[in-house]
Amino acid sequence: MTELLRVATAGSVDDGKSTLIGRLLYDTKSLFSDQLAAVERTSRERGDGYVDLALLTDGLRAEREQGITIDVAYRYFATPRRSFILADTPGHVQYTRNMVTGASTADLALLLVDARKGVLEQTRRHAFLASLLRVPHMVLCVNKMDLVDFDREVFEKIKEDFRRFATKLEIVDVTTIPISALSGDNVVSRSPSTPWYDGSSLLHHLEELHIASDRNLIDVRFPVQWVVRPRTDELHDYRGYAGQVAGGVLKPGDDVIVLPSGLSTRVAGIDSFDGPISEAFPPMSVTVRLEDDLDVSRGDMIARPNNQPTVGQDLQLMVSWMADAPLRRRARIGIKHTTRSVRAMVTDVSYRVDIDTLHRDESVETLGLNDIGRIALRTTSPLCYDPYRRNRTTGSVLLIDESTGATLGAGMIL
Amino acid sequence: MPVTGYELSHLEMLEAEAIHIFREVAAEFERPALLFSGGKDSIVMLRVAEKAFWPAKLPFPLLHIDTGHNFPEVLAFRDHRSAELGARLVVGSVQTAIDAGELTEDTRPGASRNQLQTPVLLDTIAENRFDAVFGGARRDEEKARAKERVYSFRDEFGQWDPKNQRPELWSLYNGRHRPGEHIRVFPLSNWTELDIWRYIAQERLEIPSIYYAHSRDVIERDGMLLAVTPLTPPRAGEIALPRQIRYRTVGDITCTGAVESTAATVEEVIAEVAATRITERGATRADDRVSEAAMEDRKREGYF
Ligand SMILES: Nc1nc2c(ncn2[C@@H]2O[C@H](COP(=O)(O)OP(=O)(O)OP(=O)(O)O)[C@@H](O)[C@H]2O)c(=O)[nH]1
Ligand SMILES: [Mg+2]
Repeated sequence: MTELLRVATAGSVDDGKSTLIGRLLYDTKSLFSDQLAAVERTSRERGDGYVDLALLTDGLRAEREQGITIDVAYRYFATPRRSFILADTPGHVQYTRNMVTGASTADLALLLVDARKGVLEQTRRHAFLASLLRVPHMVLCVNKMDLVDFDREVFEKIKEDFRRFATKLEIVDVTTIPISALSGDNVVSRSPSTPWYDGSSLLHHLEELHIASDRNLIDVRFPVQWVVRPRTDELHDYRGYAGQVAGGVLKPGDDVIVLPSGLSTRVAGIDSFDGPISEAFPPMSVTVRLEDDLDVSRGDMIARPNNQPTVGQDLQLMVSWMADAPLRRRARIGIKHTTRSVRAMVTDVSYRVDIDTLHRDESVETLGLNDIGRIALRTTSPLCYDPYRRNRTTGSVLLIDESTGATLGAGMIL
Repeated sequence: MPVTGYELSHLEMLEAEAIHIFREVAAEFERPALLFSGGKDSIVMLRVAEKAFWPAKLPFPLLHIDTGHNFPEVLAFRDHRSAELGARLVVGSVQTAIDAGELTEDTRPGASRNQLQTPVLLDTIAENRFDAVFGGARRDEEKARAKERVYSFRDEFGQWDPKNQRPELWSLYNGRHRPGEHIRVFPLSNWTELDIWRYIAQERLEIPSIYYAHSRDVIERDGMLLAVTPLTPPRAGEIALPRQIRYRTVGDITCTGAVESTAATVEEVIAEVAATRITERGATRADDRVSEAAMEDRKREGYF
């Protein structure tokens, strides 16, 4: 059984993220000959002195013209041990929302730093976002080592600078590797140019890493997504609650409570097209039948009576704001949380985080584009939620513009 | 907290993700439809949809844009599978639009009806007031697709704006749209060609016979093997020869190439796909060869 690892790149513009993804694909022979031929042709036509492997992910016309990444590209490759989903994200501050898109589902962030430039504001912003999003693993890739003569001191200094910054973040697992994405040093195999480095190559690390799952297998959380009612003669009375398990392990016979109504019942059975299920756990998509005929609909949450999420209308959130118009107190916005959509009012903008120092600026009244800060919301009806640190699914919310439908920001419940 | 034993395989994770997407759309949209061509990706998509709503039937119709240049085996399969599921099938016909004078066909040699699919698709969506359309596109197919969201927002002209896509966070999909706008939904975004075949094997899915090796008269043109049919007769100087071939993709018969193959079973196809060095579209789609950004340009205009 091959495991799936979701990886997202991060780091400042031009630090070599796309080149690194291209290099990983190239050196693992995951590229098809026509893809490589197309990239070689484009590089030749543009007059590049070498084959620009970043073209493998920079697939949009505008990206090729400007030589930068604008939106996330997803690439896939597999080794006998693992399959990988690689999300190559943009470094430019203008496209931070697209970096958050790629990182929100990642198990691991590949944070790149240009060895000549060291840790920049954008490096810190991405590291902070990855920690807020609770991406469980990080690899700090000190890239372009070829341009600093593979100097150990340069590497150690950047590693130390980052370590000092990262102590203020909640990043559990950071590994630092000196690489050259352009020439492939320490990407797939260990490089002779860094005899002083005794760690593993990036690929080896990605393959061997023990995936500390961020899944919560303790607290049963089942957001009802859809009510299955076949309405046929044979299945006249069938009523099942379809959804994706967001936490815990649910079994037939379990006592459960349906929230926010608070009605109690028991799991009669867990169904799937492939047969009955004895244990449902994240991220399985299943259909749950309950013993009693209760009023249960989309947006309700099934939990255990002795382990319930918070049910309430007042939320404290960390927010990554993605809209041009600033977020202000008293603003009315739409909220999507699990399978429930409600409206809300911003009751407070508490502070904005200064990306360089990680200090809280409590003097602000608003959050601007690409700001990260803390706000309070009051919703029109109750949500069943957990802190994001406890559960990435029941702790996350989408902030939506009620009139245009645009996504305004990502919220993580405190 | 590491608890062992509660693990899903990579295919099970992809399936669970796709089921979740189907249910979200069914719950949040008023009039979804599923693009079903009878090709392998749409066959897989249909099976996942069946699982998402089982034991109830699909809560939306199937939709096919028929270019009039299809492989007969594939059309027969399309009809048989929709009947088996008891699903309603809506067909938008390029031929009908040409006959009615709404579209003009490019009859120069080498032209295909591929571009004509887009206006017919958009008209069919508008006529039926579909607000969400499921497609079987995968991100591994092509570099513009690699950029697309699971929920791909389309304006009232059906256009995709690749430089200004909505952020897509976690598995919280935002389906908001105004009247006239719609969302294309790609539940198989994260599947690769190999995943599709492994799923076909795992589920023992029936697929049209042209995906397996068979003997057919073909001509070699622009490095591609094209079937000889009344629509694609040999040109002067071209010689039709019978070869053992199979199709990796099925599209318009006039521009879909075959690959030489002896793979007669799913297992043999999996082995072949795992070893191939050419992408599926590179090997088989003349329409993608027009320019480096051919797919991006077609998608901007509203193509699948
Ligand atoms: N010498 C050297 N150049 C590199 C290396 N890695 C990347 N580059 C070059 O740095 C430039 C930027 O690389 P990209 O891979 O496009 O950078 P990026 O991080 O993806 O940039 P954005 O996506 O726009 O943020 C290109 O010209 C690369 O060829 C490296 O290891 N050594
Ligand atoms: Mg890039």
